[in-house]
Amino acid sequence: MAPERHEGTRLLQLRFRAHARRLKEVRAAVQTAVTRAGCTPACTRDIVLAVDEACQNIIRHAYEGDTNGEIVLEIERQDRDVVFWLRDFAPPVDVSKIKPRDIDDVRPGGLGTHFIRHVMDDSGFVTPESGTGNLFRMSKRIG
Amino acid sequence: MTYEVRESGNMAVVALEGDVDLEKSPTARKVLLECVERGRDVIVDMASVTYIDSSGIASLVEALQAARRQGTAFALAAVSASARRVLELARLDTVFTIHPTVDAATGGQ
Repeated sequence: MAPERHEGTRLLQLRFRAHARRLKEVRAAVQTAVTRAGCTPACTRDIVLAVDEACQNIIRHAYEGDTNGEIVLEIERQDRDVVFWLRDFAPPVDVSKIKPRDIDDVRPGGLGTHFIRHVMDDSGFVTPESGTGNLFRMSKRIG
Repeated sequence: MTYEVRESGNMAVVALEGDVDLEKSPTARKVLLECVERGRDVIVDMASVTYIDSSGIASLVEALQAARRQGTAFALAAVSASARRVLELARLDTVFTIHPTVDAATGGQ
């Protein structure tokens, strides 16, 4: 995994409990931040979905439903890219187990990772500077 | 998210309103499966769905598969632009029967 490296201008920092109830306000904050950064309405809609799905992955898989866990979302502008950092403090996830399922296999579930990869230009785990928890980075070119 | 179920004959129209997200999709799943399991043909009115995520889509897929198993109809109607985009991303826009309006789906019933 690549190391954590912040090089841009911070657009948003949000710390919240890993609870489904919090996701509506997270989506609203992301929508505001990326709209201000110059994303089109369609691009904004896709980004909001991808960030929401990444938060859900943390809630369901990293914290396994423990709502006492915390998530830190940071959004940065790096030249023509908007970069999203999602940090959790759960035990390290097994990255090899995270992959999108065959999209042509029609069944409930397993779509979140597919949405993230389809919407974002780049996504993946990086090594957090603190050495604890997990750090997921996504980027989207908007310029 | 709120919902309303209107039943007419053997048909149930389930109108979903608001965000069908990780918090609310269990409710959507429950009401859709209940309608399917009662043997109704189900139309999901999605005109007022402001947001849907993978968990909401999973609820629709599960209800569709339950309907197929028992030989009843399950269709979507008046799908909002944001919901249609997510269906397209999931490549499910051709899997579901999608009617432009609820009236078109119900034949005016």
